[in-house]
Amino acid sequence: MKVRVDITLKPGVLDPQGEAVRHALGALGFDGVQGVRQGKVIELDLATEDADLAKTQAAQMAEKLLSNQVIENFTVTVI
Amino acid sequence: MKAAVITFPGSNCDRDMHVALERATGQAPLGVWHKDTTLPDGLDLVVVPGGFSFGDYLRCGAIAARAPVMNAVVDFALRGGLVLGVCNGFQILIEAGLLPGALMRNSGLKYICKPQALRVATHDSAFTAALGETATYTIAHHDGNFIADAQTLDRLTGEDRVAFTYEGNPNGSLNDIAGILSENRRVLGMMPHPERLNDPALGGTDGAAFFAGLVSSLETA
Repeated sequence: MKVRVDITLKPGVLDPQGEAVRHALGALGFDGVQGVRQGKVIELDLATEDADLAKTQAAQMAEKLLSNQVIENFTVTVI
Repeated sequence: MKAAVITFPGSNCDRDMHVALERATGQAPLGVWHKDTTLPDGLDLVVVPGGFSFGDYLRCGAIAARAPVMNAVVDFALRGGLVLGVCNGFQILIEAGLLPGALMRNSGLKYICKPQALRVATHDSAFTAALGETATYTIAHHDGNFIADAQTLDRLTGEDRVAFTYEGNPNGSLNDIAGILSENRRVLGMMPHPERLNDPALGGTDGAAFFAGLVSSLETA
């Protein structure tokens, strides 16, 4: 079963990379981009076929390694 | 002083650290591989050196912090052992939960490599007791922008746990923080590299004074 973990910066945490992307978009003529926040997507291919178990396992992985909860939030989606 | 230096795949300051420690202590430090599950007996100091452990994959220091040897390093620290993490070593100690906060991409987005003037923000630790008010060590990092929530910053300041601050903030770190101490003041994480300014031929000797100071404060303790 495949599970997707979306990792995003917590609100209030400055994102210098997102800011650089925003400036680059402006330079390309994309006006009106008021904010860019960059994150990560991690797809996990898990042995289980139990969606609840897969979500629980992925959340544990996200807590222990995949995300840094000082600066990041995560969400788990079965795909 | 009996010291050990941990080497991970991608560490690149471990050899400089060996040289700096041997010069300061007169005794070659022991090398410990990341897959080792125990540390040598009778250590006074464990050093987590700089580099790009595991290619900085996922987050700087994240994979190394979960390497087998880190359980032993955390145990050593919790028993009151002295632990020094420099640059990527600082990132690893944070990821391992021994120090608070996070180290993010430099605010200017550029990798910075230069001698950096620092203020010694506290002398209340074995690492900093013998130092003067200022020091210059090399910085060489892309992700040294220290952040923490307001409560953690207040605690670090209130408990006098900021060890070094930058003179002229190079990377956006909150409160100019370049290095911090653990609650028991025995774990120091710092972005600047004292081991890289360890000889006049390298452009300075403030780093040699850092290690000599650590040795002398341990001897008088």
